[in-house]
Parts: sequence; C-alpha cells; structure tokens
Amino acid sequence: MARTQVNPTRMELTRLKRKLVTAVKGHRLLKDKRDELMREFLDLVRENMELRKRVEQGITDANRNFVVAKAGMSEEILRTALMAPKQEVYLKQSSKNVMSVDIPVFDFTTRTADTNDIYSYGFAFTSGDLDQAVKSLSDVLPDMMRLAEVEKSCRLMASEIEKTRRRVNALEHVIIPETQEGIRYITMKLDENERSTQVRLMKVKDMMLEEAHKYSEKQNS
Amino acid sequence: MYKIAVMGDYDSIYGFATLGLDTFPEEDREEAAKTLHRLADDEYGVIYMTEELAALLGDELKRYDDRLLPAIILIPGIKGNTGAGIAGVKKSVEQAVGSDILFGED
Repeated sequence: MARTQVNPTRMELTRLKRKLVTAVKGHRLLKDKRDELMREFLDLVRENMELRKRVEQGITDANRNFVVAKAGMSEEILRTALMAPKQEVYLKQSSKNVMSVDIPVFDFTTRTADTNDIYSYGFAFTSGDLDQAVKSLSDVLPDMMRLAEVEKSCRLMASEIEKTRRRVNALEHVIIPETQEGIRYITMKLDENERSTQVRLMKVKDMMLEEAHKYSEKQNS
Repeated sequence: MYKIAVMGDYDSIYGFATLGLDTFPEEDREEAAKTLHRLADDEYGVIYMTEELAALLGDELKRYDDRLLPAIILIPGIKGNTGAGIAGVKKSVEQAVGSDILFGED
C-alpha cells in the first residue's frame, strides 16, 4: 500500500496510537448511526411508497372527475365557480431530530373546521360532477400532507445516510489500516534501531576490553 | 405559519384552489423557475408540482434537496402519471442503500 512518509519517532508513534483509538471509536459510533438511520429510513421509505401510490391514484381519479365536470359546463362558469376559495390551509412546521438529521413535521390546519366547507360556489349553475370532483380531491389532501412530510424526510435521511456510509467506509478501509500500518512501521523501525544500538554497544565494549587487557597479544604469546 | 403552493399547468391544478391551497399556473420554464424561487424564499413550506413541470425545471429543483424547507413533492398532472414520483422514491433508496433493494421488482 502506498503509504505516506512517517517519521519513526516515539512521539509520532504515540500520536498515531492516539489517532487509531479515536478512529476506532469514531468508526464504531458512525456505524451505529448508520445502522439506526438505515432502520428508520427503511420503515419511512416503505410508508412513503405506499402513500405515494395512494396519492397518485387519488389525484388521477380526481383529475378524471374534473375532466368530467369540465365537460358538463362552460369554461367561464367553472372558472367563476372556483375563483374565490372558501377554505384555507395553514401549515405549522416543526422539526424532529432523528440521529442528528433534522426532519420536518408538518401540522396542517384548515381555516374552518368543517371538512365539507370546500364548495366555493352556489350549486345552481354548476354540475354535480364538480361537487364530486372537489370532494374526491379533498379526500386526498390528508394523505398528500403526510406524503410531503414523509417524502422530504426520506430525501434528507437518504443524503445523510450516504454521507455517513462514506465516512464509515473511509475510516474502515483507509484511515484505520493506514494508521495501523504506520504504527507497525514505526515499531519495527524503533526495534531495529534498538538492536543496532545494542550490537554497537557490544562491539564497543569488546574493543574497550581489548584495549585495556590486550587479550589477543596474551593469547599469541 | 407556512402556506402550501401547487404549481403546474392550469388544467392540472385548478381543483386544488378549492381546498385552500395557493395555485400558480406555470408552463414556461423561465417563468416557473422564477416563481419557484420566489415561493421557496417566501413562506411556502410545501410546494406540490406536476411531474411535467418538474421534468421541465430539472436542475432548478436540486438546490432544495438538502434544505429542510420547502418540500417539493411531485404529483401526477392531468396528462397522466409519468412515474417520476415513484422514480424519486426509488432514487432515494438507491442513494441510501446503494442499490434499490425494496422496490426493484416492480
């Protein structure tokens, strides 16, 4: 493995060891975070899919009803009928923190509590189909609101999971092995240095003894 | 207090006005982008958008992906379902898991 140059010193060794401890701890934490996020995400995304299918079906049906309604009366009357809406929807937004991801929580209120208060026209000039159409659309609204919340949450969580996964992988496959490699390299280098110092000392000792007692001359004589 | 907007071609969205959502009929790319940015900076928390318009806007929507608000949610328009909404859900699964393991079969 291509390794960056490390100084084989004790200080560097201590530094690397400390880095390894932090990296391992961080890796464990991030892995937990990823697993928990993933668990939440999978639950949420299943709900998301279900809601979306329901909402799309609902809106498609409502659209069909509107087409029928439109066919039954003139464009002007239809536009006039829908011109001034009676109902208003307000949205209160708070956020929930799931594993450090802020996800929105939507709470919607309508201006009037009566859910049937959606017909913004007198019934005299419009066809019954329009009432049907408006009703069918209004039935989808709660699901649509829930869908907005869930889908946004899913998207935010997906990007957070992706980020976390990258970090976990970087730690697991790059930072931690590299640090371990560095530690091994320094330990070996230091051991090697120690051995060579020892050998040098022994050699020097031999030479000094030789100097003091002249063993070799005594042996020869 | 936030409001809710619906964007798309007029025929697809006029019904939502009766429910109390604010409708913004847009069919032109430039105009729609301008409206979208205005709404996003304004007090709109949720923007429902028809799939056709979203396809037209393309990258303009990306900048809101990482923001908490507004939530841009695709809905089918009057011309039918293009499947872009479902594809979006699948895409987020793919982004999170690496491959689509949940809805791959259908």
